[in-house]
Amino acid sequence: MIEIKDLHKSYKMGSNSLHVLKGINFNVQEGELVSIMGSSGSGKSTLLNILGMLDEADSGSYTLDGLPIKNLNEKIAARYRNKFLGFIFQSFNLISYKSALDNVALPLYYQGVKSKERLDVAMSYLEKVGLADWAGHLPNELSGGQKQRVAIARALASNPKVLLADEPTGALDTKTSYEVMDLIQGINDEGRTILIVTHEHDIAEMTRRIVNLKDGVIIDDSKVNQVRALSNV
Amino acid sequence: MFDLERWQEIFETISKNKMRTFLTGLSVASGIFILVILLGIGQGMQNGISSEFENDAANILFIFTGATSKEYKGLNPGRRITMKNDDYNTTVAKNEDQLEYKSSVYRIWGGLINYEKESGSYRVEGVYPDFQFLENASMTHGRFINPNDNNSFEKVVVLGNKVKNDLFKNGKDPIGEYVQIKDINFKVIGVYTDPGGEREESRVFIPISTSQKAFNAGNDINFMSFTLQKEENFEAALASSEKFSEELETFLKERHTVAPDDERAIRINNSLENAKRFYDLMDMIRFFFWGVGICTIIAGIVGVSNIMLIIVKERTKEIGIRKALGAQPLSIIGMILHESIFVTTIAGFVGLIFSLALLEFVGPLIETEYIANPSVNFNVALITVFILVLAGAIAGFFPAWRAARIKPIIALRDE
Repeated sequence: MIEIKDLHKSYKMGSNSLHVLKGINFNVQEGELVSIMGSSGSGKSTLLNILGMLDEADSGSYTLDGLPIKNLNEKIAARYRNKFLGFIFQSFNLISYKSALDNVALPLYYQGVKSKERLDVAMSYLEKVGLADWAGHLPNELSGGQKQRVAIARALASNPKVLLADEPTGALDTKTSYEVMDLIQGINDEGRTILIVTHEHDIAEMTRRIVNLKDGVIIDDSKVNQVRALSNV
Repeated sequence: MFDLERWQEIFETISKNKMRTFLTGLSVASGIFILVILLGIGQGMQNGISSEFENDAANILFIFTGATSKEYKGLNPGRRITMKNDDYNTTVAKNEDQLEYKSSVYRIWGGLINYEKESGSYRVEGVYPDFQFLENASMTHGRFINPNDNNSFEKVVVLGNKVKNDLFKNGKDPIGEYVQIKDINFKVIGVYTDPGGEREESRVFIPISTSQKAFNAGNDINFMSFTLQKEENFEAALASSEKFSEELETFLKERHTVAPDDERAIRINNSLENAKRFYDLMDMIRFFFWGVGICTIIAGIVGVSNIMLIIVKERTKEIGIRKALGAQPLSIIGMILHESIFVTTIAGFVGLIFSLALLEFVGPLIETEYIANPSVNFNVALITVFILVLAGAIAGFFPAWRAARIKPIIALRDE
């Protein structure tokens, strides 16, 4: 599903440049649940942003589902993001003045889906994350766990090939984190490819494969026995 | 523009952000409101002052005669020149389209007037109907001399307010009463008042034709008085008045065989001093209100621009989210502009309607001489609305464009 070869990325910090990714080679098959681990500054978020086409690599190749991702202009990047990717953020990034239902429906708006159909689809995803009763609530009327569920429903709404989650449990307490991970595992069980960036070991253990990043290179990439989140709740 | 989904999205945004919408709208609406009211009052002041000073402002010319001071074509100096009806008639016929009000005057000296037991000596002048406007007189009772009185030599008289008070001590309505001027019966047809005060009001007017006939004056007239049509500005007024008086002087001097350089025999006096003050005042008022108007528009533009900048700044994160979800840069810019143009247009027209309604309904109630009929040129008001909307759109465009180009990761970065 995802093929990355010799990916480099550096940031200019005033006069000196910071080499963040120093040649990443990495493949993800369809249906995998992968966690990318590493300490702060290891380059894991940068890698995720490049995978999410929110940022561009300096060199190296990136192929998503057979489609080479390079020389993207803003317009094409936006279309690919909309069609192929779903994002889950640490700080949820829901639009504060839109109800849960409208937030979930937003990616469909940018796909050009008509209003009624959009809301029907959004409602079905809200049901899937167990928040059908909260459809009309604004984000600030929801708990952190609920907000993240809405964000997950939104990421799923456009039926993307890959879900990218950046520290999805970073702002949640342990119990809520596990509930969210249970939801993510459930989605993965249905066959969707998911990448999670995290620095928490217990969260990483709940995926099927852990990629360890340090100073911009992969130092370890191994499959693990998945711990089911539900058993820890 | 006609994308229904887009409109729905914008209405949702507007209705969910009532405060922001209200503040944007308020700044635009109040800007337009203030501007229109200001322009309206400016126009009102111009109308009011112009009606107050218009009479003084008129470019009045007095033509009177004296004795010649120079020998000319074998005629001795010291000869009295007297103008005749023909002088007046020819002048009027020659300058029909230039003249606004016109009258010749024959003055009866020692005009003793009796009414019952009261009597007094007043200035008696034979005049044409236009003399009312040349003298700035307004009627308190009855009417002024009309053309018919002159044509049929009516023995009618218009009394000054002071004359009326002196003679009609019994409080009787003077209209229809008879007074005697030098023992000839004249019927009172009106009473006038003059802003010049008692001195001006202690005169009586009779038709000039009657005065010449009844008092054996033949065709003699004492002086002529004209006003010229109003001009756009002082320079034009000055030019036309100088040209007119020069031509008239030449004409009269030739006709009465007066030396061209004789300053005493025929004199023309015009009142351009007042006119200059009037035109200067009008220019000042116009200039002042245009200045204030332009400053108000600039303040409005700055206000709208500020609000647009703040709105886009505030929405940076939302824009990042939308982009991460697949919004294209153009759709972001379109969304912000669409919303801002919609809000500013509606608000602009609300401000326009309120201010026009205020001018329409409250304007006529203003009771001061210096503001009359405040109104505003609708096209000017409409143009200012469009200028503000355009300014809002331009002010919104640049930050929106920048926001749309920011990479979503930067927009989404946690503070």
